[in-house]
Amino acid sequence: MRKLILATTALALGTGLASAQDRTVRMGTEGAYAPYNFVNDAGEIDGFERELGDELCKRAELTCEWVKNDWDSIIPNLVSGNYDTIMAGMTITDERDEVIDFTQDYQPPTPSPYVALSEDVDLENGVVAAQTGTLQAGYVAETGATLVEFATFDETIAALRNGEADAVLADHDYLAPVVEESGGELVFVGEPVPLGRGIGMGVRESDTDLRETFDSAISAMKEDGSLNELLKKWFGEDSPTY
Amino acid sequence: MFSFCTDPATLDRLPWFACYLTTGVHMSFYVAFLKVVALLVVTAPVALGFGFLGAMAARAHFAPLSLVGKTYIAIVRGVPDIAFFLFFVIALDQGFEWVRHKVLCPDWDQPIRQGNDFVVCAQAKLPLGNAAQWVHETYGFALAVITFSIVFGAFAANVLFGAMRAVPHAQLETAAAYGMSHGQVFRRVVVPQMWVYALPGLSNLWMVLIKATPLLFLLGIEDIVYWARELGGARMGRFSSYPHPDWRMWYFLVLLVFYLCFTRVSEILLERMTQRLSHGQATAGGDAQRDAGLA
Repeated sequence: MRKLILATTALALGTGLASAQDRTVRMGTEGAYAPYNFVNDAGEIDGFERELGDELCKRAELTCEWVKNDWDSIIPNLVSGNYDTIMAGMTITDERDEVIDFTQDYQPPTPSPYVALSEDVDLENGVVAAQTGTLQAGYVAETGATLVEFATFDETIAALRNGEADAVLADHDYLAPVVEESGGELVFVGEPVPLGRGIGMGVRESDTDLRETFDSAISAMKEDGSLNELLKKWFGEDSPTY
Repeated sequence: MFSFCTDPATLDRLPWFACYLTTGVHMSFYVAFLKVVALLVVTAPVALGFGFLGAMAARAHFAPLSLVGKTYIAIVRGVPDIAFFLFFVIALDQGFEWVRHKVLCPDWDQPIRQGNDFVVCAQAKLPLGNAAQWVHETYGFALAVITFSIVFGAFAANVLFGAMRAVPHAQLETAAAYGMSHGQVFRRVVVPQMWVYALPGLSNLWMVLIKATPLLFLLGIEDIVYWARELGGARMGRFSSYPHPDWRMWYFLVLLVFYLCFTRVSEILLERMTQRLSHGQATAGGDAQRDAGLA
Protein backbone atom coordinates (compact mmCIF):
# COMPACT_ATOMS: atom_id res chain seq x y z
CA MET A 1 0.00 0.00 0.00
CA ARG A 2 2.75 2.41 0.94
CA LYS A 3 4.49 1.64 -2.33
CA LEU A 4 1.32 2.59 -4.17
CA ILE A 5 1.08 5.95 -2.37
CA LEU A 6 4.73 6.54 -3.09
CA ALA A 7 4.22 5.82 -6.73
CA THR A 8 1.26 8.16 -7.05
CA THR A 9 3.04 11.04 -5.31
CA ALA A 10 6.02 10.45 -7.56
CA LEU A 11 3.72 10.56 -10.55
CA ALA A 12 1.96 13.70 -9.31
CA LEU A 13 5.30 15.37 -8.70
CA GLY A 14 6.70 14.24 -11.99
CA THR A 15 4.03 15.97 -14.04
CA GLY A 16 4.74 19.27 -12.34
CA LEU A 17 8.44 19.06 -13.07
CA ALA A 18 8.51 18.49 -16.78
CA SER A 19 10.86 21.43 -17.34
CA ALA A 20 13.70 19.86 -15.38
CA GLN A 21 13.62 16.61 -17.33
CA ASP A 22 16.04 15.35 -19.97
CA ARG A 23 18.97 16.57 -18.02
CA THR A 24 21.61 14.52 -16.27
CA VAL A 25 22.11 15.96 -12.83
CA ARG A 26 25.57 15.40 -11.45
CA MET A 27 25.46 14.89 -7.69
CA GLY A 28 28.65 15.89 -5.92
CA THR A 29 29.61 14.18 -2.67
CA GLU A 30 32.68 13.50 -0.59
CA GLY A 31 32.54 9.72 -0.23
CA ALA A 32 34.39 9.76 3.08
CA TYR A 33 31.69 10.54 5.63
CA ALA A 34 29.85 7.41 6.73
CA PRO A 35 26.95 6.96 7.23
CA TYR A 36 26.07 10.03 5.13
CA ASN A 37 28.20 9.07 2.17
CA PHE A 38 31.04 6.60 1.76
CA VAL A 39 32.63 4.27 -0.75
CA ASN A 40 31.54 0.68 -0.17
CA ASP A 41 33.57 -2.48 -0.77
CA ALA A 42 32.46 -2.60 -4.39
CA GLY A 43 33.83 0.89 -4.96
CA GLU A 44 30.42 2.54 -5.28
CA ILE A 45 29.10 5.53 -3.38
CA ASP A 46 26.78 4.35 -0.64
CA GLY A 47 25.09 5.76 2.45
CA PHE A 48 22.13 7.84 3.61
CA GLU A 49 22.64 10.56 1.03
CA ARG A 50 23.09 8.10 -1.82
CA GLU A 51 19.79 6.43 -1.00
CA LEU A 52 17.99 9.72 -0.38
CA GLY A 53 19.48 11.36 -3.48
CA ASP A 54 18.51 8.44 -5.72
CA GLU A 55 14.96 8.54 -4.34
CA LEU A 56 14.72 12.31 -4.87
CA CYS A 57 15.95 11.93 -8.43
CA LYS A 58 13.45 9.17 -9.07
CA ARG A 59 10.61 11.32 -7.79
CA ALA A 60 11.77 14.32 -9.81
CA GLU A 61 12.27 12.05 -12.85
CA LEU A 62 15.85 13.16 -13.24
CA THR A 63 18.77 11.07 -14.33
CA CYS A 64 21.37 11.43 -11.64
CA GLU A 65 25.01 10.53 -11.58
CA TRP A 66 27.23 10.56 -8.49
CA VAL A 67 30.58 12.29 -8.48
CA LYS A 68 33.21 12.27 -5.77
CA ASN A 69 35.08 15.43 -4.85
CA ASP A 70 37.37 16.42 -2.03
CA TRP A 71 35.66 18.27 0.80
CA ASP A 72 38.11 21.17 0.57
CA SER A 73 37.14 22.07 -2.98
CA ILE A 74 33.56 20.85 -2.96
CA ILE A 75 31.99 24.33 -3.09
CA PRO A 76 34.39 25.87 -5.69
CA ASN A 77 33.82 22.93 -8.01
CA LEU A 78 30.05 23.25 -7.70
CA VAL A 79 30.27 26.93 -8.52
CA SER A 80 32.48 26.34 -11.56
CA GLY A 81 30.00 23.78 -12.85
CA ASN A 82 31.79 20.43 -12.45
CA TYR A 83 28.62 19.05 -10.90
CA ASP A 84 25.17 20.41 -10.10
CA THR A 85 24.43 19.58 -6.47
CA ILE A 86 26.24 18.87 -3.23
CA MET A 87 24.92 16.16 -0.92
CA ALA A 88 27.77 15.68 1.49
CA GLY A 89 26.40 16.08 5.01
CA MET A 90 26.74 19.83 4.52
CA THR A 91 25.16 21.91 7.26
CA ILE A 92 23.30 24.99 6.08
CA THR A 93 25.10 28.10 7.36
CA ASP A 94 24.88 31.80 6.51
CA GLU A 95 28.50 31.79 5.42
CA ARG A 96 27.95 29.03 2.86
CA ASP A 97 24.59 30.46 1.88
CA GLU A 98 26.33 33.56 0.58
CA VAL A 99 28.26 31.51 -1.97
CA ILE A 100 25.75 28.81 -2.91
CA ASP A 101 22.05 28.14 -2.37
CA PHE A 102 20.56 25.39 -0.26
CA THR A 103 17.35 23.40 -0.53
CA GLN A 104 15.37 22.96 2.64
CA ASP A 105 17.08 20.71 5.18
CA TYR A 106 16.76 16.94 4.78
CA GLN A 107 18.13 16.18 8.22
CA PRO A 108 17.11 18.24 11.26
CA PRO A 109 19.94 19.92 13.19
CA THR A 110 21.66 17.59 15.65
CA PRO A 111 23.99 18.97 18.34
CA SER A 112 27.67 18.13 17.80
CA PRO A 113 29.26 16.19 20.68
CA TYR A 114 32.86 15.98 21.84
CA VAL A 115 34.59 12.61 21.83
CA ALA A 116 37.70 11.81 23.86
CA LEU A 117 39.68 8.88 25.24
CA SER A 118 38.60 9.57 28.82
CA GLU A 119 36.02 11.61 30.74
CA ASP A 120 38.47 14.02 32.36
CA VAL A 121 39.76 16.03 29.39
CA ASP A 122 39.87 19.80 29.46
CA LEU A 123 37.59 20.93 26.65
CA GLU A 124 38.04 24.59 27.56
CA ASN A 125 41.83 24.81 27.21
CA GLY A 126 42.90 21.51 25.66
CA VAL A 127 43.64 20.57 22.06
CA VAL A 128 40.52 19.85 20.00
CA ALA A 129 40.60 18.32 16.51
CA ALA A 130 38.04 19.07 13.79
CA GLN A 131 37.77 18.78 10.03
CA THR A 132 38.93 21.82 8.07
CA GLY A 133 36.19 24.12 6.88
CA THR A 134 33.48 22.67 9.08
CA LEU A 135 31.17 24.41 11.53
CA GLN A 136 32.85 22.51 14.33
CA ALA A 137 36.28 23.90 13.37
CA GLY A 138 34.80 27.40 13.40
CA TYR A 139 33.28 26.81 16.80
CA VAL A 140 36.46 25.42 18.38
CA ALA A 141 38.42 28.40 17.07
CA GLU A 142 36.09 30.67 19.06
CA THR A 143 36.49 28.75 22.32
CA GLY A 144 39.65 28.87 24.41
CA ALA A 145 40.74 25.46 23.14
CA THR A 146 43.57 24.99 20.64
CA LEU A 147 42.18 23.93 17.27
CA VAL A 148 43.97 21.36 15.12
CA GLU A 149 42.43 20.86 11.70
CA PHE A 150 42.55 17.84 9.40
CA ALA A 151 41.42 17.35 5.81
CA THR A 152 39.20 14.36 6.65
CA PHE A 153 37.24 13.21 9.69
CA ASP A 154 39.17 9.98 9.68
CA GLU A 155 42.33 11.86 10.46
CA THR A 156 40.75 13.69 13.40
CA ILE A 157 39.93 10.35 15.00
CA ALA A 158 43.43 9.05 14.22
CA ALA A 159 44.87 12.18 15.88
CA LEU A 160 42.75 11.56 18.97
CA ARG A 161 43.90 7.94 19.18
CA ASN A 162 47.59 8.77 18.89
CA GLY A 163 47.40 11.58 21.44
CA GLU A 164 47.86 14.49 19.09
CA ALA A 165 44.48 15.87 20.17
CA ASP A 166 42.61 15.65 23.48
CA ALA A 167 39.15 15.58 21.91
CA VAL A 168 37.31 15.64 18.60
CA LEU A 169 34.30 17.81 17.84
CA ALA A 170 32.14 16.50 14.99
CA ASP A 171 28.62 15.66 13.87
CA HIS A 172 26.83 13.28 16.18
CA ASP A 173 25.84 10.87 13.45
CA TYR A 174 29.37 10.51 12.25
CA LEU A 175 30.81 10.01 15.73
CA ALA A 176 28.13 7.67 17.10
CA PRO A 177 29.15 4.54 15.12
CA VAL A 178 32.84 5.29 15.75
CA VAL A 179 32.27 5.42 19.50
CA GLU A 180 30.04 2.36 19.39
CA GLU A 181 32.63 0.24 17.57
CA SER A 182 35.60 1.42 19.61
CA GLY A 183 34.56 -0.94 22.43
CA GLY A 184 34.79 1.65 25.21
CA GLU A 185 38.05 3.22 24.03
CA LEU A 186 36.27 6.40 22.92
CA VAL A 187 33.61 8.16 24.98
CA PHE A 188 31.34 11.15 24.54
CA VAL A 189 32.37 13.95 26.90
CA GLY A 190 30.99 17.33 27.90
CA GLU A 191 27.86 18.99 26.59
CA PRO A 192 27.00 18.66 22.88
CA VAL A 193 27.18 21.98 21.01
CA PRO A 194 24.12 23.04 19.01
CA LEU A 195 25.34 24.17 15.59
CA GLY A 196 23.75 25.01 12.24
CA ARG A 197 20.33 24.76 10.67
CA GLY A 198 20.27 21.16 9.58
CA ILE A 199 21.73 19.51 6.52
CA GLY A 200 20.62 20.52 3.05
CA MET A 201 21.48 20.02 -0.58
CA GLY A 202 23.72 22.70 -2.08
CA VAL A 203 23.06 24.07 -5.58
CA ARG A 204 24.43 26.99 -7.58
CA GLU A 205 22.71 30.30 -6.89
CA SER A 206 21.85 30.63 -10.57
CA ASP A 207 20.22 27.19 -10.65
CA THR A 208 16.83 28.14 -9.21
CA ASP A 209 14.88 25.53 -11.22
CA LEU A 210 16.91 22.67 -9.87
CA ARG A 211 16.61 23.97 -6.32
CA GLU A 212 12.83 24.18 -6.56
CA THR A 213 12.64 20.72 -8.10
CA PHE A 214 14.56 19.12 -5.26
CA ASP A 215 12.81 21.30 -2.68
CA SER A 216 9.42 19.95 -3.64
CA ALA A 217 10.71 16.38 -3.80
CA ILE A 218 12.10 16.76 -0.27
CA SER A 219 8.77 18.26 0.91
CA ALA A 220 6.94 15.26 -0.54
CA MET A 221 9.27 12.84 1.21
CA LYS A 222 8.80 14.70 4.49
CA GLU A 223 5.02 14.56 4.13
CA ASP A 224 4.69 10.87 3.35
CA GLY A 225 7.16 9.87 6.07
CA SER A 226 9.62 8.18 3.74
CA LEU A 227 12.38 10.60 4.73
CA ASN A 228 11.86 9.73 8.40
CA GLU A 229 12.20 6.06 7.58
CA LEU A 230 15.50 6.69 5.83
CA LEU A 231 16.74 8.76 8.78
CA LYS A 232 15.85 5.95 11.18
CA LYS A 233 17.43 3.33 8.95
CA TRP A 234 20.78 5.09 8.75
CA PHE A 235 21.01 6.99 12.04
CA GLY A 236 19.09 4.75 14.44
CA GLU A 237 15.65 4.88 16.02
CA ASP A 238 16.50 7.79 18.35
CA SER A 239 17.62 10.09 15.57
CA PRO A 240 15.61 13.33 15.35
CA THR A 241 13.03 13.20 12.56
CA TYR A 242 10.47 15.53 10.99
CA MET B 1 36.00 -11.99 -6.51
CA PHE B 2 36.50 -15.54 -5.17
CA SER B 3 33.65 -17.90 -4.34
CA PHE B 4 34.70 -18.17 -0.68
CA CYS B 5 34.40 -14.43 -0.14
CA THR B 6 30.69 -14.39 0.69
CA ASP B 7 31.24 -14.12 4.45
CA PRO B 8 34.64 -12.53 5.10
CA ALA B 9 34.20 -12.44 8.89
CA THR B 10 34.63 -16.23 9.10
CA LEU B 11 37.79 -16.41 7.00
CA ASP B 12 41.36 -17.08 8.10
CA ARG B 13 43.99 -14.45 7.61
CA LEU B 14 45.26 -15.54 4.20
CA PRO B 15 41.91 -16.01 2.41
CA TRP B 16 40.67 -12.85 4.18
CA PHE B 17 43.44 -10.84 2.58
CA ALA B 18 42.86 -12.57 -0.76
CA CYS B 19 39.26 -11.35 -0.63
CA TYR B 20 40.10 -7.96 0.86
CA LEU B 21 42.70 -7.15 -1.77
CA THR B 22 40.36 -8.02 -4.63
CA THR B 23 37.34 -5.91 -3.65
CA GLY B 24 35.96 -3.37 -6.09
CA VAL B 25 37.66 -0.46 -4.32
CA HIS B 26 41.03 -2.20 -4.49
CA MET B 27 40.56 -2.68 -8.22
CA SER B 28 40.17 1.10 -8.46
CA PHE B 29 43.41 1.40 -6.49
CA TYR B 30 45.23 -0.84 -8.99
CA VAL B 31 43.76 1.05 -11.93
CA ALA B 32 45.14 4.24 -10.34
CA PHE B 33 48.69 2.84 -10.75
CA LEU B 34 47.98 2.50 -14.45
CA LYS B 35 46.77 6.11 -14.46
CA VAL B 36 50.10 7.27 -13.07
CA VAL B 37 52.03 5.26 -15.65
CA ALA B 38 49.73 6.49 -18.43
CA LEU B 39 50.28 10.08 -17.31
CA LEU B 40 54.05 9.61 -17.54
CA VAL B 41 53.94 7.81 -20.88
CA VAL B 42 51.82 10.57 -22.43
CA THR B 43 53.33 13.56 -20.66
CA ALA B 44 57.01 12.80 -21.23
CA PRO B 45 56.96 12.95 -25.06
CA VAL B 46 54.47 15.82 -25.15
CA ALA B 47 56.55 17.83 -22.67
CA LEU B 48 59.66 17.05 -24.70
CA GLY B 49 57.83 18.36 -27.78
CA PHE B 50 56.86 21.53 -25.91
CA GLY B 51 60.45 21.82 -24.74
CA PHE B 52 61.84 21.40 -28.23
CA LEU B 53 59.53 24.07 -29.62
CA GLY B 54 60.30 26.35 -26.68
CA ALA B 55 64.05 25.94 -27.13
CA MET B 56 63.82 26.49 -30.88
CA ALA B 57 61.77 29.62 -30.32
CA ALA B 58 64.15 30.90 -27.66
CA ARG B 59 67.21 30.61 -29.92
CA ALA B 60 65.44 31.96 -33.01
CA HIS B 61 66.97 34.96 -34.76
CA PHE B 62 63.56 36.56 -35.20
CA ALA B 63 63.35 38.72 -32.04
CA PRO B 64 59.61 38.44 -31.18
CA LEU B 65 59.71 34.63 -31.49
CA SER B 66 62.78 34.48 -29.30
CA LEU B 67 60.99 36.66 -26.77
CA VAL B 68 57.98 34.33 -26.73
CA GLY B 69 60.23 31.31 -26.12
CA LYS B 70 62.22 33.00 -23.40
CA THR B 71 59.13 34.38 -21.68
CA TYR B 72 57.53 30.92 -21.64
CA ILE B 73 60.62 29.43 -20.03
CA ALA B 74 61.02 32.26 -17.54
CA ILE B 75 57.39 32.42 -16.42
CA VAL B 76 56.82 28.71 -15.93
CA ARG B 77 60.17 28.21 -14.25
CA GLY B 78 59.63 31.17 -11.95
CA VAL B 79 56.24 30.20 -10.54
CA PRO B 80 55.74 27.35 -8.05
CA ASP B 81 54.47 24.23 -9.84
CA ILE B 82 51.57 23.85 -7.50
CA ALA B 83 50.24 27.34 -8.29
CA PHE B 84 50.45 26.53 -11.99
CA PHE B 85 48.69 23.22 -11.57
CA LEU B 86 45.82 24.76 -9.73
CA PHE B 87 45.64 27.74 -12.07
CA PHE B 88 45.88 25.95 -15.43
CA VAL B 89 43.32 23.29 -14.77
CA ILE B 90 40.64 25.83 -13.90
CA ALA B 91 41.77 28.37 -16.51
CA LEU B 92 41.96 25.83 -19.34
CA ASP B 93 38.56 24.38 -18.48
CA GLN B 94 36.86 27.77 -18.26
CA GLY B 95 38.74 29.00 -21.32
CA PHE B 96 37.55 26.07 -23.45
CA GLU B 97 33.99 26.49 -22.22
CA TRP B 98 34.08 30.23 -22.83
CA VAL B 99 35.21 29.77 -26.43
CA ARG B 100 32.60 27.06 -27.08
CA HIS B 101 29.97 29.25 -25.48
CA LYS B 102 30.81 32.17 -27.81
CA VAL B 103 30.73 29.90 -30.86
CA LEU B 104 27.79 27.64 -30.04
CA CYS B 105 25.44 30.02 -28.23
CA PRO B 106 25.74 33.46 -29.85
CA ASP B 107 22.16 34.36 -28.79
CA TRP B 108 22.79 33.89 -25.08
CA ASP B 109 21.97 37.16 -23.33
CA GLN B 110 22.91 36.40 -19.72
CA PRO B 111 26.36 37.16 -18.36
CA ILE B 112 28.76 34.21 -18.05
CA ARG B 113 29.91 35.29 -14.62
CA GLN B 114 26.95 35.60 -12.27
CA GLY B 115 28.41 36.46 -8.90
CA ASN B 116 30.40 33.37 -7.96
CA ASP B 117 28.98 31.19 -10.69
CA PHE B 118 30.55 30.47 -14.04
CA VAL B 119 27.53 29.83 -16.25
CA VAL B 120 27.73 28.79 -19.91
CA CYS B 121 24.92 27.36 -22.02
CA ALA B 122 24.30 23.61 -21.82
CA GLN B 123 25.73 22.90 -25.29
CA ALA B 124 29.00 24.60 -24.38
CA LYS B 125 29.65 22.51 -21.30
CA LEU B 126 32.79 20.42 -21.48
CA PRO B 127 32.16 17.56 -21.31
CA LEU B 128 28.42 17.79 -21.95
CA GLY B 129 26.31 17.57 -18.80
CA ASN B 130 24.78 14.24 -19.85
CA ALA B 131 28.10 12.60 -20.77
CA ALA B 132 29.07 9.43 -18.94
CA GLN B 133 31.28 9.65 -15.88
CA TRP B 134 34.29 8.12 -17.71
CA VAL B 135 34.13 10.98 -20.22
CA HIS B 136 34.36 13.48 -17.37
CA GLU B 137 37.26 11.57 -15.87
CA THR B 138 39.10 11.35 -19.18
CA TYR B 139 38.58 15.06 -19.72
CA GLY B 140 39.99 15.82 -16.27
CA PHE B 141 42.92 13.54 -17.00
CA ALA B 142 43.56 15.27 -20.35
CA LEU B 143 43.61 18.66 -18.62
CA ALA B 144 46.14 17.28 -16.17
CA VAL B 145 48.33 15.97 -19.01
CA ILE B 146 48.25 19.36 -20.75
CA THR B 147 49.14 21.13 -17.51
CA PHE B 148 51.98 18.75 -16.71
CA SER B 149 53.25 19.14 -20.29
CA ILE B 150 53.21 22.93 -20.17
CA VAL B 151 55.07 23.01 -16.86
CA PHE B 152 57.62 20.31 -17.62
CA GLY B 153 57.91 21.52 -21.21
CA ALA B 154 59.37 24.79 -19.91
CA PHE B 155 62.02 22.99 -17.90
CA ALA B 156 62.78 20.74 -20.87
CA ALA B 157 63.02 23.84 -23.09
CA ASN B 158 65.62 25.31 -20.78
CA VAL B 159 67.64 22.08 -20.76
CA LEU B 160 67.47 21.74 -24.56
CA PHE B 161 68.30 25.43 -25.05
CA GLY B 162 71.48 24.91 -23.05
CA ALA B 163 72.24 21.64 -24.82
CA MET B 164 71.92 23.24 -28.25
CA ARG B 165 74.41 25.88 -27.25
CA ALA B 166 76.79 23.26 -25.85
CA VAL B 167 77.35 21.65 -29.22
CA PRO B 168 80.94 22.73 -30.09
CA HIS B 169 80.80 25.94 -32.06
CA ALA B 170 83.67 24.92 -34.34
CA GLN B 171 81.48 22.15 -35.75
CA LEU B 172 78.73 24.59 -36.63
CA GLU B 173 81.22 26.87 -38.35
CA THR B 174 82.68 23.95 -40.26
CA ALA B 175 79.22 22.92 -41.39
CA ALA B 176 78.54 26.49 -42.51
CA ALA B 177 81.84 26.52 -44.36
CA TYR B 178 80.70 23.44 -46.27
CA GLY B 179 77.80 25.56 -47.49
CA MET B 180 75.01 24.22 -45.26
CA SER B 181 72.13 26.58 -44.67
CA HIS B 182 71.03 27.59 -41.17
CA GLY B 183 68.31 24.91 -41.10
CA GLN B 184 70.64 22.24 -42.39
CA VAL B 185 73.20 22.97 -39.69
CA PHE B 186 70.45 22.75 -37.10
CA ARG B 187 69.02 19.46 -38.41
CA ARG B 188 72.29 17.71 -39.32
CA VAL B 189 74.71 18.92 -36.68
CA VAL B 190 72.98 20.51 -33.68
CA VAL B 191 70.02 18.18 -33.11
CA PRO B 192 71.87 14.84 -33.46
CA GLN B 193 74.61 15.95 -31.10
CA MET B 194 72.73 17.92 -28.49
CA TRP B 195 71.15 14.88 -26.78
CA VAL B 196 74.26 13.85 -24.98
CA TYR B 197 74.42 17.31 -23.40
CA ALA B 198 70.70 17.32 -22.70
CA LEU B 199 70.48 13.88 -21.18
CA PRO B 200 71.70 14.65 -17.64
CA GLY B 201 69.20 17.50 -17.41
CA LEU B 202 66.40 15.53 -19.04
CA SER B 203 66.93 12.48 -16.87
CA ASN B 204 66.82 14.71 -13.84
CA LEU B 205 63.56 16.13 -15.15
CA TRP B 206 62.13 12.66 -15.71
CA MET B 207 62.84 11.82 -12.06
CA VAL B 208 61.16 15.03 -10.93
CA LEU B 209 58.20 14.24 -13.18
CA ILE B 210 57.80 10.78 -11.63
CA LYS B 211 57.87 12.29 -8.20
CA ALA B 212 55.42 15.03 -9.22
CA THR B 213 52.69 12.57 -10.21
CA PRO B 214 51.00 12.68 -6.77
CA LEU B 215 50.00 16.23 -7.78
CA LEU B 216 47.26 14.48 -9.76
CA PHE B 217 45.53 14.11 -6.43
CA LEU B 218 45.41 17.91 -6.12
CA LEU B 219 43.78 18.16 -9.52
CA GLY B 220 40.87 16.04 -8.34
CA ILE B 221 41.99 12.88 -10.12
CA GLU B 222 41.66 9.72 -8.07
CA ASP B 223 45.28 8.66 -8.19
CA ILE B 224 47.21 6.26 -5.98
CA VAL B 225 47.60 8.80 -3.19
CA TYR B 226 43.84 9.36 -3.06
CA TRP B 227 43.11 5.64 -2.89
CA ALA B 228 45.88 4.93 -0.38
CA ARG B 229 44.35 7.49 1.95
CA GLU B 230 40.82 6.33 1.26
CA LEU B 231 41.54 2.59 1.64
CA GLY B 232 43.97 2.97 4.50
CA GLY B 233 41.53 4.90 6.69
CA ALA B 234 39.87 2.89 9.47
CA ARG B 235 36.75 1.03 8.34
CA MET B 236 33.85 0.07 10.52
CA GLY B 237 31.94 -3.20 10.36
CA ARG B 238 28.67 -1.40 9.75
CA PHE B 239 29.74 0.00 6.42
CA SER B 240 32.18 -2.60 5.13
CA SER B 241 32.53 -6.38 5.20
CA TYR B 242 36.24 -5.90 5.83
CA PRO B 243 36.56 -3.79 8.99
CA HIS B 244 40.12 -2.81 9.86
CA PRO B 245 41.91 -0.15 11.93
CA ASP B 246 43.91 2.72 10.48
CA TRP B 247 46.21 1.12 7.87
CA ARG B 248 47.29 4.25 6.08
CA MET B 249 50.91 3.68 7.04
CA TRP B 250 50.99 0.38 5.14
CA TYR B 251 49.29 1.79 2.11
CA PHE B 252 51.70 4.70 1.96
CA LEU B 253 54.57 2.24 2.41
CA VAL B 254 53.36 0.48 -0.74
CA LEU B 255 53.45 3.81 -2.59
CA LEU B 256 56.94 4.46 -1.30
CA VAL B 257 58.17 1.10 -2.59
CA PHE B 258 56.38 1.66 -5.90
CA TYR B 259 58.06 5.02 -6.45
CA LEU B 260 61.47 3.75 -5.36
CA CYS B 261 61.29 0.81 -7.78
CA PHE B 262 60.09 3.07 -10.54
CA THR B 263 62.87 5.63 -10.12
CA ARG B 264 65.50 2.89 -9.72
CA VAL B 265 64.49 1.22 -12.99
CA SER B 266 64.49 4.64 -14.68
CA GLU B 267 67.98 5.34 -13.39
CA ILE B 268 69.33 2.09 -14.83
CA LEU B 269 67.73 2.71 -18.22
CA LEU B 270 68.89 6.32 -18.36
CA GLU B 271 72.44 5.27 -17.48
CA ARG B 272 72.43 2.84 -20.42
CA MET B 273 71.11 5.53 -22.71
CA THR B 274 73.89 7.90 -21.63
CA GLN B 275 76.47 5.22 -22.39
CA ARG B 276 75.10 4.74 -25.86
CA LEU B 277 74.81 8.46 -26.66
CA SER B 278 78.31 9.21 -25.40
CA HIS B 279 79.72 6.84 -28.02
CA GLY B 280 82.19 8.77 -30.12
CA GLN B 281 81.29 12.15 -28.62
CA ALA B 282 83.79 14.86 -27.68
CA THR B 283 82.65 14.75 -24.05
CA ALA B 284 84.18 13.37 -20.87
CA GLY B 285 81.98 10.27 -21.20
CA GLY B 286 82.98 9.77 -24.82
CA ASP B 287 86.67 10.21 -24.00
CA ALA B 288 86.45 7.67 -21.22
CA GLN B 289 84.93 5.15 -23.63
CA ARG B 290 87.74 5.81 -26.12
CA ASP B 291 90.39 5.39 -23.43
CA ALA B 292 88.89 2.09 -22.40
CA GLY B 293 89.14 0.95 -25.98
CA LEU B 294 85.43 0.69 -26.52
CA ALA B 295 85.25 3.04 -29.43
